[in-house]
Amino acid sequence: MLELRSVSAGYGSFRALFDVSLEVRDGEAVGVIGRNGAGKTTLMRAISGMIPIGGGELRLDDHLLAGLPAHRIVESGIAHVPENRRLFARLSVEENLRMGAYSAKARRRFDVQLAHVYELFPRLKDRRHQQAGTLSGGEQQMCAIGRALMSQPKILLMDEPSAGLAPLVVAQVFDLVRRIRSEGLTVLIVEQNVQQVLDVVDRAYVIEVGAIKLAGTSAELRNNTLVRQAYMGL
Amino acid sequence: MDIYLIEAIINGLLLGGVLALLALGLNLIFGVIDVVWIAYADLVMCGMYAVYWLHVYYGLPIGLACAAAIIFVAILGVLVHILIIAPVLNAAPINQLLATGGLLFFLQSFATLLFGTEFRNLGIRLPIIEIGTIFISYARLLAFGIALVGAMLLYAFLRRTYLGTAIRAISQDREIMGLMGVDQRRIYIITSAIGGGLGGLSACLLALQYDTHPFIGNTFGPLIFMICVLGGLGNMIGGFIAAFIISQIIAIGSYYQSTEWAYVIAFMLFIVMMFIRPRGILGR
Repeated sequence: MLELRSVSAGYGSFRALFDVSLEVRDGEAVGVIGRNGAGKTTLMRAISGMIPIGGGELRLDDHLLAGLPAHRIVESGIAHVPENRRLFARLSVEENLRMGAYSAKARRRFDVQLAHVYELFPRLKDRRHQQAGTLSGGEQQMCAIGRALMSQPKILLMDEPSAGLAPLVVAQVFDLVRRIRSEGLTVLIVEQNVQQVLDVVDRAYVIEVGAIKLAGTSAELRNNTLVRQAYMGL
Repeated sequence: MDIYLIEAIINGLLLGGVLALLALGLNLIFGVIDVVWIAYADLVMCGMYAVYWLHVYYGLPIGLACAAAIIFVAILGVLVHILIIAPVLNAAPINQLLATGGLLFFLQSFATLLFGTEFRNLGIRLPIIEIGTIFISYARLLAFGIALVGAMLLYAFLRRTYLGTAIRAISQDREIMGLMGVDQRRIYIITSAIGGGLGGLSACLLALQYDTHPFIGNTFGPLIFMICVLGGLGNMIGGFIAAFIISQIIAIGSYYQSTEWAYVIAFMLFIVMMFIRPRGILGR
């Protein structure tokens, strides 16, 4: 479904990604794990068009996406839940969800999709008129995921959904990810929380200083010495 | 209470309506595009000339002339964005300020060149309304009413439509708008058109009450900026409230002292407020 071939990207003259190749197949959940500054967020931003791609190929099904602006990439079916959620704090929950369905295609199915998101996250329905900034951390993550789902994506990108949340809430967030997976949605998730992310994904890539270091199924990576030592502290 | 004081307060209220409309336009543009249009009041001046020429020279009915002027200033707004703002969108704020400041001198000089420095009046004499012993200018009342309706329409637009919600969202987080499927450049152009249109509407309302000349913008420009900053730059509700505060100070000050003193008091209050609440009354 989503395929990156030798993608490079960066900020100005600074390169943060070097020849990254990865693939996410239909219905799969794939993780990208790595330390702070390894290039995880840059990878997400490059895929969703927030930063331009310096070189390489990016395709979703048969569409070549490299070079398209972010709003066109959303329309093609990639939704991105950004790092730190980035909700519109002074808009209501429902207005945030409405923003997620901005593109003409998503707008036509707004009511159906809204009902679907509320069914998935009933808490959001209870709080739909509340300002998003007043939600708890876990609820904000729900709202951010819901907002991304409103564009009716083929694939959902999640950038560190557990960042900045209390341990108990982190567990809840991973439950959310499981719930989305059970819907059959394809997911690409970037995390520092290696143990927990390996529990929800089928496969994962390890990224170090902007390059893919290792790839494998969750089980393989869980038993890999490098991963155990460097990322799980075992 | 003194009958003349009541009259002054009412006149202040009526003046506040148009100022509030102008503040809304400027705040809208600043909130969305993050650039202050220093020349905003001079676009209003262009609108006033448009009303004047269309009505007096070409004999268009005043309503039609006003509608055309609103569209004219809306188009000017879009041109300002495309030709002047867009190229300096990522430049330092001081460069943006200089660019729109340059536009101010350009528009004033160009208007002088084209129209001379004559004061031009629409020649429409609207009646004075008499309630008991209080006299209210019908032109002012009309301007106030239309300004209020304009503000309410803008509010409904911002609240009820996708585009309006996106305009409110973009002022909160510019960077992720693309992830929502929003084309920022389009929003900027639409905002410039709406901001220009509000300026055009204000121009119509002002042309009913004041003579048009190339430097009329200097009368309102500084006042509008003060109002926007006092309310919290980019905060539309704050600007709306501040417009009425300032217009009351000017009206009541003019009653007790002179108009000149009223402006001195208003600007003094502004400076004091900047020390107490540098981000404005409703600033965050």
